[in-house]
Amino acid sequence: MNGRTHPLEAIAAWLLALLWLAPLVYAFWSALHPAAYATSFSLSAPWTLENFARAWDQAPFGRYYINTVVLVVIILIGQLILSTLAAYAFARFTFRGSGIAFALVLLQLMIMPDVLIVENYRMIGKLGLLDTIPAIALPYLASAFGIFLLRQTFKSVPQELVEAARVEGAGPLQILWKVYVPLARPTYVAFGLVSVSYHWNNFLWPLIVTNSVESRPLTVGLAVFGAPETGVDWSIITAATVMTMGPLLIAFLLFQRQFVQSFMRAGIR
Amino acid sequence: MTDQAATMSVAARRPKSHAWWNAVNAWLLLLPAAVLLIAFTHYPILATIRHSFFITRRNGTEVFVGLESYHAMAADPIFWKALVNNFWFALGTIPTSIALALLMAIWVNRNMRGRGFLRLAFFTPTVLPMIAVANIWLFFYTPDYGLLDQLRGVFGLAGWNWLGDPSTVMGCLVVMVIWKEAGFFMIFYLAALQQLSPDLEEAAAVEGASRWYTFRRITFPLLMPTTLFVTINAVINSFKLVDHLVIMTKGGPNNASTLLLYYIYEVAFTFQDSAYAATLTVVLLVLLSAVALIKFGYLDRRIHYQ
Repeated sequence: MNGRTHPLEAIAAWLLALLWLAPLVYAFWSALHPAAYATSFSLSAPWTLENFARAWDQAPFGRYYINTVVLVVIILIGQLILSTLAAYAFARFTFRGSGIAFALVLLQLMIMPDVLIVENYRMIGKLGLLDTIPAIALPYLASAFGIFLLRQTFKSVPQELVEAARVEGAGPLQILWKVYVPLARPTYVAFGLVSVSYHWNNFLWPLIVTNSVESRPLTVGLAVFGAPETGVDWSIITAATVMTMGPLLIAFLLFQRQFVQSFMRAGIR
Repeated sequence: MTDQAATMSVAARRPKSHAWWNAVNAWLLLLPAAVLLIAFTHYPILATIRHSFFITRRNGTEVFVGLESYHAMAADPIFWKALVNNFWFALGTIPTSIALALLMAIWVNRNMRGRGFLRLAFFTPTVLPMIAVANIWLFFYTPDYGLLDQLRGVFGLAGWNWLGDPSTVMGCLVVMVIWKEAGFFMIFYLAALQQLSPDLEEAAAVEGASRWYTFRRITFPLLMPTTLFVTINAVINSFKLVDHLVIMTKGGPNNASTLLLYYIYEVAFTFQDSAYAATLTVVLLVLLSAVALIKFGYLDRRIHYQ
């Protein structure tokens, strides 16, 4: 698919790309200029970091950052461990009921915890975990998507390597750790990027189970902060918005290729 | 571990106990994920269905009411409004974002100048939090002061309350979601395009087929599985995506932008009626299960191919 491109088509592609970037460029413009210039785009407008400083002062964004990072790390580690174990079971063991068990896992791809907010809230309440970071993480720790992705990868591991390890006296867990996990590294990276970006951005469930600064992630903090009724001006709201998406955006710009490839891999397999 | 190895070598000689040992190992490996999946997916699904037949009294006791909540739901205009809105939301966002995604994928798959930049521009909205996106776009739609009305001002038009008018609010949200999602679907098309054999196109070019003809008769049909896959994902997404409503409209004005999941959220956590929320959730589960049946049928075939 490397056909030549008509110049008009190239122009159309570029126009669409600029249109696609415009909202983001606007957010950065507004965040980096005094409020008076939020809507007047003059090239002589002075640049400032004042909006960031004021947003930082008006809400506990430091705390929100810590909460989000802790949340994302807990979820990622939990998902990696649980998905690895479960995927190994599905990929390399034959046992009665494995087909049904796998179908029951895949059900979560369609009916995600996001949809079951009412009963999951009840469950978290019963466990006495309301308004804690583990409460946000728990429903997502077992990831059907992760299990599915790793199972596909594990299935492609050459049987000879497994046999060789077995001959050397390795047990099932040793084989998993020494043979399967290292060979699945690209899949782990792909899943990790997708998972981190999903949970950094997740909003509805954290909004429901948290109600204090101590447990709120950035997204919920931003929503509380940026409600138009609060009378905070646009420049400060856009500054807070930029702060919320900043780390992910920087990571994305740095690891752009891996991001795109991981989404591709995640989607196709 | 040496014990285990010994057991396994013994087991290897006796196939029956080997199978038994396999099963024990497998279930132990599955256990942690299974416990959480049951607790936060399977049990909640069953509990939702059960609770839809009960109401909770003020003193906390549950009373069986049979289909009463379903009758109430059938008579609830907001429920129907949310369902119809969800339909229009899906119809508004899915075909457009898929068509754009395909166009973007074809462009960034070519040796076009600035291909990396184009890819970056199209894909970036995908990695942003919906809540941040809502904040940015809220400003575009703000009456008088917002960017859209400033543009109208240039042409001498008066300000318009885009999100405050039932006739424009859904359109505004649809445009925003297309912006957010098209780049995501682009990735799937890009992956599919890269797996297509270039021979087909070259053959078509040798035969003198026009670009449009080649696309219509060769490329697009070959991308059909991807289109189906993307469509199914988009349908599921259209039921899950409600973050922006919290910031932008709260489902208003006059429920013109309420979607089913947002209505469930409101009923459960604003009106504190978890029994009715369960009834509404059952509808959502039925809709998602219908999608799931299609997807499983389709996915099964796909996995078979590999």
